[in-house]
Amino acid sequence: MDVFLQLTLSGLSTGMIYALAAAGFVVIYKASDVINFAQGDFLLLGTYLLFFSVVQLGLPTSLGVLLTVLGAVAAALLIERLVLRPLIGEPVISTIMVTIGLSSVLRGLVHAVWGVSPRSIDSVLPTGTTAIGPATLSTARLLIVPIALAVLAALWLFFRHTRDGLAMRAIADDRQAALSLGINIPGVFGLAWGLAAAAAAIGGIMLGSIVGVTPNVATIGLRVFPVVILGGLDSIRGAVVGGATIGLLEAYAGGYLGRGLNLVLPYAVLVLVLMLRPYGIFGRVEIERV
Amino acid sequence: MSFECGVFHTRYESDMGLRRTPVERVRLGLLVLFVAVFPFFASPYWLDLANQAAIATVGAIGLNILVGYTGQISLGQGAFMAVGAYAAGLFTLNLGLPWGVGIALACTVSALVGIVIGLPSLRLKGLYLAIATLAAQEIVEWAMTHWTALTGGTDALVLPAPTLFGIRLNTGFNFYWFGAILAGATALFAANLFRSRVGRAFVAVRDQDVAASVIGVDVFRTKLLAFATSSFIAGLAGAMIAYYRTIVTWERFTVETSIAYLAMIIVGGLGSIRGAFFGAVLITLLPALVSNAGMAIQDSAPGVTRLLPYLQQAIFGVVIVLFLIFEPKGLSKLWRNAKDYFDVWPFAYRKG
Repeated sequence: MDVFLQLTLSGLSTGMIYALAAAGFVVIYKASDVINFAQGDFLLLGTYLLFFSVVQLGLPTSLGVLLTVLGAVAAALLIERLVLRPLIGEPVISTIMVTIGLSSVLRGLVHAVWGVSPRSIDSVLPTGTTAIGPATLSTARLLIVPIALAVLAALWLFFRHTRDGLAMRAIADDRQAALSLGINIPGVFGLAWGLAAAAAAIGGIMLGSIVGVTPNVATIGLRVFPVVILGGLDSIRGAVVGGATIGLLEAYAGGYLGRGLNLVLPYAVLVLVLMLRPYGIFGRVEIERV
Repeated sequence: MSFECGVFHTRYESDMGLRRTPVERVRLGLLVLFVAVFPFFASPYWLDLANQAAIATVGAIGLNILVGYTGQISLGQGAFMAVGAYAAGLFTLNLGLPWGVGIALACTVSALVGIVIGLPSLRLKGLYLAIATLAAQEIVEWAMTHWTALTGGTDALVLPAPTLFGIRLNTGFNFYWFGAILAGATALFAANLFRSRVGRAFVAVRDQDVAASVIGVDVFRTKLLAFATSSFIAGLAGAMIAYYRTIVTWERFTVETSIAYLAMIIVGGLGSIRGAFFGAVLITLLPALVSNAGMAIQDSAPGVTRLLPYLQQAIFGVVIVLFLIFEPKGLSKLWRNAKDYFDVWPFAYRKG
């Protein structure tokens, strides 16, 4: 029971970080049909920016978090303007490849500046443990779940209840119609990248505080794919449900099955979903002749 | 297919030739001459790079058949090559087969695995297919590292050196000939493939699958055939790595490998055999060029050598991004532009 609770919490907290990364991915895909392979590198950037501002600059945590999010958003806006905008309307392979290239650039630069040896930040989330019933659980992981859910809820509310959110949904629905109604499409693309980077940076901050500031943070980039395919490529709710499912699956597989199955089961799920229900749990059903 | 001004073919054979003008034949002759003379002057360092480039050329042509010519985006090139390398290694180690048989079997096994990985293409296309092949890559990577009964897990397979008439093939100089011949043969095969019905069907599926099926192309069969052909050649590249290095480890066939091969065909030019060659050479040489540049400036910029691995990674990304933004058709288009420029030199007129 003790182990089960710990695995559940570990799976849920990792899953919520997946959900944050996946939500950013979904926002970009919804707005601009771009598959962002660099999502994991925005998490990496977030982790290292926080390390920079809190440990190297010595700022208080709250300012550090603010600076990290702003830095990641600025980087995303710059990337969207310089790299993605010239490629609007290019074939899928170009947008896939350009984000793969960006991922390589970001990772190379982050490592060139901060190196690859693990560092630690201990001031963002508390490090102790909390006893709940028979189980002793990590306080940081307990806190991650509500924080991530709050950020995701804010993102969801933004889509539901703001003018910009409505514009984004309009573009996702029909780009031509949105354009003819006077929606500033490049502006919305920039907004999407900014939001995605902010979500990823928050994910990166939390991931950094449980696994440490290491290059491994970026490996989440590819873990996003099982999550978004399971949840549906264009659904925030899907990102939350998919993130939790994949996180729990990994935790249980790692805890009970071993043999590295936690590494491969998410991809097995991905293949199954693609074969049976390619639009995922909540994604919009698009029927297309293949 | 483009036609040179002022060239009039009077026989069908000359019209259908792969090299149709004297200039093209001379250029090909010069390339062959360069390839034949190069190893006698190159240092072992450059010979090793040339061998890597030859292997990469084979792999990139294979991937280009699938991605560039058939339009099926694949992030699974590393997996296909892994299957080739491990098949070659395991057949050699467990059954003691000679390397020639090993290569043939490796290609066959890869082609079969390619068909299996290609099965989702019957239901998926575009980015969904790309994600499905990414999953296949991850699953193969897991099998390489965790299916210990078959692959030995993270331990490397160590093969005996391949020999031909008592000559070791895996030295830099000897493998060079082997690699050059296989790369040339692969290029010739691919060039001829796209003059045949099968190859034209690949292109038809890429350009417009509905139209292709209307004119009698079986789209599913063609896609699977493209996966099989492409992974057959990828398996060849994998087997070449296995026999050249005589060590097979999973690190050579990760998702980074898949990405590097995609980069080769993007930078070189999608749907171009010449492009696959250019891209393979450029992406293979890029880290070496960055290192050499770093070494050259290390006196004026101390500490740069420590940064080299990260700079290599960043510059690799920058090259991809710049090509996609400024010349999405890659080096083969730049080559064409240069040729066109000199065709009409000194007049600034450019053909469309």
